[in-house]
Amino acid sequence: MTWAALLVAAGVCYAIKLAGLSLPQRFLKDPRIQRTVPLLPVALLAALIATQTFASGQHLVLDVRAAALGVAAIAVLLRAPFLIVVAAGAATAALLRLAL
Amino acid sequence: MFTGASQFAFVGVIGAGGSPWAGAATAALLGTRNALYGLRLASLLSVRGPRRLVASQLVIDETTAMAIARDQPDLSRFAFWATGVALFSLWNLGTLIGALATHALPDPKVLGFDAAPPAAFLALLAPRLRAREPLAIAFAAALVALIALPFVPAGVPLLIVAVIVVLYGVRSR
Repeated sequence: MTWAALLVAAGVCYAIKLAGLSLPQRFLKDPRIQRTVPLLPVALLAALIATQTFASGQHLVLDVRAAALGVAAIAVLLRAPFLIVVAAGAATAALLRLAL
Repeated sequence: MFTGASQFAFVGVIGAGGSPWAGAATAALLGTRNALYGLRLASLLSVRGPRRLVASQLVIDETTAMAIARDQPDLSRFAFWATGVALFSLWNLGTLIGALATHALPDPKVLGFDAAPPAAFLALLAPRLRAREPLAIAFAAALVALIALPFVPAGVPLLIVAVIVVLYGVRSR
């Protein structure tokens, strides 16, 4: 089932791109689409960060991942490149687990 | 699937114990922004037939940014194709190496790999937060997802957030 879902998701993601290159330009001018579409990734990425940091299964938890996210946030504020941000987060979690 | 945030999200939802279909829905919703990119790129690229089918797969954050940053159409097209081909090859090569190498790694938690996806999402999110409204929406979305989390299956909090933000975007003003 995972592979079926993956294939469907890949197909939909591709279809969305093809639609973008093929649809008439007036869709771009609809203010509701202009407003809503850029907000979707903002909301979904924020929700993903929250659920992957503060949850274990269906329980809310506060563990070393919260500190890792904090360090990653500092790296982002310092305009560190993508890989450094990711490595800083992972290293923080690994080191704290080692120390605790 | 060649659109990073969607790929990470799909894996993330399943990794957290969610249904693959919740993962697929989240990946598709994250991919909707590529349609807007495509609409902007269509006039710049003016691709038809089979070339459009290939160009579509390369429409992502990076290629759009590189293409619209040029002020001459031929430079835009070159930037789009060069960025697209380079990213597509290296990204998938990296994915393959990662998929093969994971078997050689110990428990991912020891290396802190469970903290890597949120850091990656944060790096993807940060450039979109330069105004007050997206910042407020990001915090509200995180809060809604955490409030919903104990009560619904994994992956579903993301879909709740998506529905709310679409209603907000379509209705306000």
